[in-house]
Amino acid sequence: MKPTFTQLWGWPIALGVLSATGLLSALVSEGWGDVWSWLALGGPVLAMAWFAWRRPPGH
Amino acid sequence: MNSTRRIKAWAWIHKWSSLVCTVFMLLLCLTGLPLIFHHEIGHLLGTEVESPKMPAGTPRASLDRVIAVAHALHPERVVQFVSQPEDDDGLWFVTLTPTPEPTEDFKSVAVDARTAAVLAQPKFDEGFMYVMFKLHVDLFAGLAGKLFLGFMGLLLLLAIVSGVVLYVPFMRKLEFGTVRRERRPRLKWLDLHNLLGIVTLVWAFTVGATGMINTWADLIIKYWQHDQLSTLLAPYQGQPPVPMAKRGPLQQALEAALERAPGMKVAFIAFPGTSFSSPHHNTVFLRGEEPLTARLLQPVLVDAKTGAVTASPELPWYLTALLVSQPLHFGDYGGLPMQIIWALLDIATIIVLGSGLYLWLKRPQPQRPAEEAGARHGATPQGRTA
Repeated sequence: MKPTFTQLWGWPIALGVLSATGLLSALVSEGWGDVWSWLALGGPVLAMAWFAWRRPPGH
Repeated sequence: MNSTRRIKAWAWIHKWSSLVCTVFMLLLCLTGLPLIFHHEIGHLLGTEVESPKMPAGTPRASLDRVIAVAHALHPERVVQFVSQPEDDDGLWFVTLTPTPEPTEDFKSVAVDARTAAVLAQPKFDEGFMYVMFKLHVDLFAGLAGKLFLGFMGLLLLLAIVSGVVLYVPFMRKLEFGTVRRERRPRLKWLDLHNLLGIVTLVWAFTVGATGMINTWADLIIKYWQHDQLSTLLAPYQGQPPVPMAKRGPLQQALEAALERAPGMKVAFIAFPGTSFSSPHHNTVFLRGEEPLTARLLQPVLVDAKTGAVTASPELPWYLTALLVSQPLHFGDYGGLPMQIIWALLDIATIIVLGSGLYLWLKRPQPQRPAEEAGARHGATPQGRTA
């Protein structure tokens, strides 16, 4: 079965766009831009940790 | 070209671009890790110079006195630059060298901007952080080392792009984030390689591309001098640098430049005959106060004899690109939380590089790739958890 585009690319694109907004927001704004960059770049870090360490159900 | 052959071609690109650059990228990731925190490490080691706290509005010493105090410590040298840190305007760093030409032989004197007292003579060319810095920037090999690392950066970008293309065949039968840890360790590391690689994609590509651009900094600045400054400075071409005795007061030059660009602060001043100036000018480089404008330097050429402003040329797009690419490489524009996230993403990249190398060393026999792509054993998430 061929996966749909969203199944294959949904998460990578979402995390990529999120990272990009984080890289840019801190560049253009000192206050909220910094805070957003922590969330937007921290999100992908948490996603990696979650998938790398989670145990599938039943194990 | 059919799709199997296309995938094979991309796999070949991915394998060779990665294999060539991996060792150097591992070096860059490892040496870059302490560099992310160079200010904090400098504080801990006590090598970071800070100006003593004084009430706001404390009168500032004349820049001429600051220079004289620093020069008195090294009377046999010439002053090339004087600079002010972005976060501490109570401080001047005076850089002294044997010649106005670019050189590695420099002495730095930190002078209090209010009292003109010498605060320290920091040594920027020794110690652990210096070694990390040189390994990261040019492998102790000057411009050739920089350009070599820039080429390795280009291969990294190629490896990232081809890796994204190869993500498709490997993930066709797998849900996002699947890590098959119950089978052979190679499968687990393949899945982690794909997961960390695709999640760090935008960050790694940004840091890789801006790092590559930074390796061209020397060339970009040289081109700018040739392209724009040379026309501006044609009337002064071939003149010897204005002798010290004939130079007007520097404080006056600084004030003339600041008047030209209200709301900006001084980043550094290049003296006559140095690589960032002309034989006839003190060139004042100003910066703005916003996160973005603080990076975009505005040069103001001030006649060294008369103290009058000759010109303040607009930065061309390629210098703007270089200056904006620097924070995106350093990760120093969003406070300590951003530095920590930068370090974590750097570590994730080390894992991607290391696992890539491992996958190549433990590469399977030719008939196996189909199985790894999840085709033969039907390694769907259902199959895995059953």
